[in-house]
Amino acid sequence: MHYVTRLPHARRNTYMQNNEGGAVQTIARFEIVYRQFLDKEGRVVADLPAFARDPKALLPVYRAMVQTRVFDTKAIALQRTGRLGTYPPCIGQEAIGAGVASAMQPDDVLFPTYREQPAQFWRGVKPLEILLYWGGDERGSDFAGPRRDFPICVPVATQAPHAVGVALAMKLKGEPRAAVCMIGDGGTSKGDFYEAANLAGVMRLPVLFVVTNNQWAISVPRRAQSAAETLAQKAIAAGFPGEQVDGNDVIAVVDAVQRALERARASGGATLIEALTYRLGDHTTVDDAKRYREDAEVSQHWESEPIARLRKYLTAAGVWSKEDEERLLADCTAEITAAVDQYLAMAPQPPAAIFDYLYATLPAELAEQRRHAMEGTNSDG
Amino acid sequence: MAEATLIQAVNMALARAMELDARVLVLGEDVGVNGGVFRATEGLSKRFGPSRVFDTPLAELLIAGMSVGLAAEGFRPVAEIQFTGFIYPTIDQIVNHAARLRSRTRGRLTCPMVLRSPCGGGVHAPEHHSESPEAMFAHIPGLRVVIPSSPSQAYGLLLAAIADPDPVIFLEPTRLYRAFREEVADDGVALPLDSCFALREGSDLTFVTWGAMTREVLTAADKLAEDGVGAAVIDVATLKPLDMPTILASVEKTGRCVIVHEAPLTAGFGAEIAARLAEQALTSLLAPVQRVAGYDTVMPLPRLEQLYMPSKERILAAARRTLAFA
Repeated sequence: MHYVTRLPHARRNTYMQNNEGGAVQTIARFEIVYRQFLDKEGRVVADLPAFARDPKALLPVYRAMVQTRVFDTKAIALQRTGRLGTYPPCIGQEAIGAGVASAMQPDDVLFPTYREQPAQFWRGVKPLEILLYWGGDERGSDFAGPRRDFPICVPVATQAPHAVGVALAMKLKGEPRAAVCMIGDGGTSKGDFYEAANLAGVMRLPVLFVVTNNQWAISVPRRAQSAAETLAQKAIAAGFPGEQVDGNDVIAVVDAVQRALERARASGGATLIEALTYRLGDHTTVDDAKRYREDAEVSQHWESEPIARLRKYLTAAGVWSKEDEERLLADCTAEITAAVDQYLAMAPQPPAAIFDYLYATLPAELAEQRRHAMEGTNSDG
Repeated sequence: MAEATLIQAVNMALARAMELDARVLVLGEDVGVNGGVFRATEGLSKRFGPSRVFDTPLAELLIAGMSVGLAAEGFRPVAEIQFTGFIYPTIDQIVNHAARLRSRTRGRLTCPMVLRSPCGGGVHAPEHHSESPEAMFAHIPGLRVVIPSSPSQAYGLLLAAIADPDPVIFLEPTRLYRAFREEVADDGVALPLDSCFALREGSDLTFVTWGAMTREVLTAADKLAEDGVGAAVIDVATLKPLDMPTILASVEKTGRCVIVHEAPLTAGFGAEIAARLAEQALTSLLAPVQRVAGYDTVMPLPRLEQLYMPSKERILAAARRTLAFA
């Protein structure tokens, strides 16, 4: 295992040391490990974990990453041509979602942010559903696949309390399942996150927090988000382990998530994984990142992006060829194009739908409003 | 059948609901061993165990948010917020998630949770312990907002709220917790939600009120009866969704309406009822609709809170204003 141990500030500060004649003692120490197996050139820098020893085993996760990149490209084009609403691409972060989801069980529950396309696709959310959601249609959150997974969460960090609630439900039912809460670097600044993490520690809940630290919360950089040296150490204060992984190294992501979920299922409690990556695209299609960061910084991060890295490794390992790549791109493009065609051809929901899912049974006063709305619809055309 | 206070009736309803449905959980601050600061959950932890009745960390946002998760996974969480002054951090979770989970997933995930909280003033409580935020919640699509006004109502409505498949904000008037006792049959029978209760019939004037104010209004109605004026009293009980037909039927008969609530006047829930009367019953009205409410001030601390609370005198004055229109 290749770990770099980072010592957070507190431990290095001299005021924490016992230099006052025994009156002051150090009563707590902690450290944060950093996990990486592939460097940015795709070279193996540490002994690979068991699941990755056969390079072919990594092909499904590679395909999932490429599928998302193709989807993102298509979705941005749809938005630019007025056929999709505001859309948040996840370019550069694909290894995290694909890695996390591939280490989960189907009956675990995923709590996505709005930038978890690869995790959602892996778990069975359809490209059509993601298009519907960003195209302004609630049916996009009625996943045909993972029925218990939570929908995309737009208000930042508000999904964290749900994740610990679901984790508590799993624990109360005695089921060996886990809740996986995705959150961003900005999200860890919110009380929602702290309150949820605190409960996860107190109740030893089967929950994993994956912090996608992509360095930017729209225009606010990581350094302006928190003075903590790592975001992983926020777990320490809540009483459970936190660690960092190279979030552009899918092997490191999968390895860390597997360990965390095994612990969770064995009643070992919560874990926080801070996955270091970089948001190569704009925050959303209505954001212009050139307003607040230099092109040179972005170009530099393209050199460590996750897809090229894994492709280099797979190619060097002899399990991937140029022909394989071309075939994969063609397959992904065909799949996404079919989803787009289906999305564009899909009729809007009937107007009554805005009333029909508010309550289990529509209250009388809303039935009246529904009738009025229907009359308006009819007379308008 | 035994006599019970409102707080005892809440406790009885919680116990009965937990007995009837293993999915019902009780959570909040100090609800476990301590039995709640008002003793609403007294004895429940011992009877049903710490996995069904448990204390949370001191974090109201979390209490609401984790209840969303518990409900989505099939439990029926009944969460307590210790005082409505502390309920505001839950609003984000209630607005953005609890109230819209069913709608935004087109019925895939649902949120059958109850958020209970003591509300209102009149008990000389410290700052932030006497607020009446019902109109804020009544503005949120997808919610139910319920306020009982008596022990038997608290029992039956709380059972109904817990059994309801959608989220319910259940506000319990602190002032009524131990104000009086009445017979409460612990029979597990729920009262209907979404329905007003006609507490008193009358043909000259209709009072519309809810919560602790029902007591003041009934006293005012007694006084009017001495003067030969028959005042009907409607206890709204479920503010959202509103049972307007019951209110309309009475006002169409009496032609006069006085709405009484403890929450501040402006954009209070009385404004909604008055607007609907203007829309739907104008030709029946013999006098302008009157509202008697808390002032648009910060809830005063105990030395001045009686000045704020709608009094019997203010209620009678409003009634007489409507009666002055022949």
